[in-house]
Amino acid sequence: MKKFIITVVGHDAVGIIARVCTYLAEHQVNILDISQTIVDGYFNMMMIIDAVKVTDVTQMSEELAKLGEEIGVVIHCQHEDIFNMMHRI
Amino acid sequence: MININEVLETNKMIEQENLDVRTITLGISLLDCIDSDLEKLKVNIYDKITGTAKDLVAVGKAIEEQYGIPIVNKRISVTPISLVGGAACRTPEDYVEIAKVLDQAAETVGVNFLGGFSALVSKGMTASDRLLMQAIPQALAQTERVCSSVNVGSTKTGIDMDAVKMMGEVIKKTAELTKEKDSLGCAKLVIFCNAPDDNPFMAGAFHGVTEADAVINVGVSGPGVVKTALSKVRGENFEVLCETIKKTAFKVTRVGQLVAKEASRRMGIPFGIVDLSLAPTPAIGDSVADILREIGVEYAGAPGTTAALALLNDQVKKGGVMASSYVGGLSGAFIPVSEDQGMIDAVKAGALTLEKLEAMTCVCSVGLDMIAIPGNTPASTISGIIADEMAIGMVNQKTTAVRLIPVVGKGVGEIVEFGGLLGYAPIMPVNQYSCEAFVNRGGRIPAPIHSFKN
Repeated sequence: MKKFIITVVGHDAVGIIARVCTYLAEHQVNILDISQTIVDGYFNMMMIIDAVKVTDVTQMSEELAKLGEEIGVVIHCQHEDIFNMMHRI
Repeated sequence: MININEVLETNKMIEQENLDVRTITLGISLLDCIDSDLEKLKVNIYDKITGTAKDLVAVGKAIEEQYGIPIVNKRISVTPISLVGGAACRTPEDYVEIAKVLDQAAETVGVNFLGGFSALVSKGMTASDRLLMQAIPQALAQTERVCSSVNVGSTKTGIDMDAVKMMGEVIKKTAELTKEKDSLGCAKLVIFCNAPDDNPFMAGAFHGVTEADAVINVGVSGPGVVKTALSKVRGENFEVLCETIKKTAFKVTRVGQLVAKEASRRMGIPFGIVDLSLAPTPAIGDSVADILREIGVEYAGAPGTTAALALLNDQVKKGGVMASSYVGGLSGAFIPVSEDQGMIDAVKAGALTLEKLEAMTCVCSVGLDMIAIPGNTPASTISGIIADEMAIGMVNQKTTAVRLIPVVGKGVGEIVEFGGLLGYAPIMPVNQYSCEAFVNRGGRIPAPIHSFKN
């Protein structure tokens, strides 16, 4: 498994999750977990994905960032280890 | 499994609180480059550095993308050049030639600073050490990326006062040769007591002779993260304050550990240490002085500042030590003046003096750092300031350092602009009374009694 965390932050709108999930489905990315919350009026979503079938994660990150610009949100894709290291002993 | 709040917390630290990895520093031994022929030595040095570090910048960038954490600097430290050039260099100009080669190598691999134009003279100077030290002003004036440091004392050996005297003159000459750039050369020159072999931070980084052929050292930072965490516990007691700093330092250091291990894996070079330092930058919200204010002093320099800094430094270490398998370098809070907006504000407000800064260096790393002083300060006074700071390091068994910039043509209160990470600073007043007779005595100050532990 190659776990990455995708975060989507921005103004709430119709179809954000749909657009991101469609991209992931087209690129053979399995979604392991999704959670979503509204903080200070901002839409916050986190997905844990398995990118084992993605050969170039950097390219995927860039494409997701671009997709975010189209929708009007900020999308980051980061390896899960940075969160594991920081929040788990 | 990781939850959304943890993810959001991490990303908030990165995006809003300036959490970053300050530097990945690749230490490279140049001992196997030694040759008695200067031209051959130059080729050996260039080839070793550009060969070993060829992937450094690319690997740093890849790690940034993988984890979404900025890695501000990729740098190189090398074996102290006085040890490498001894057989080939006959004049200071020969050493300047080597500095130029180091500069070219740094440019080729794309790093912004290379440290190690250094000499270790804590007990005495060899002929080679002297030549290198004489070459420092020219070397720093004629190169862009090369940083220099000289270790003039240690707890075990005492202080080499001949070297201290000489370095006062070297600093003055460096200031003179770089006067068109507000004496910027001095910002790349550090005088140490108890210099660590594995410091990843510039300008004092060099690759000690106790180290392996090549090694990855990482310096973390995050004053903004600590400040934000402390803003949530205003008015709470010291126990709560200390726990908060410790927990935050743990999180910050874990990121450094992760990046260090990953860089080591990708480059096939052993991981050395993580340096647990709070290193400020001139950016707003990236200030150690602001943490001190958050702890409760009106400005850095107000009564209580030394105690606040002592606890901050200690808690950063306590939190960081558990987060990393190997800790080293300087590891503590940095208090440079020009690189920290809160310190600059404190100087402008009249809250912070050179003497208070000296007191603060007793309880934190590293020393009198990035302090602009009047250009007409005598060399002997600079040597006296160096001697005071070295004595603090020697007696307290800690690293201390001096990075003073006597700005040629400028006086107290004027502002000097260094640019970039080096920031800007108001010129601070220096005690006007002479220490010339003290500095001119010559010889060594013996090691303190508590160094005899065998």
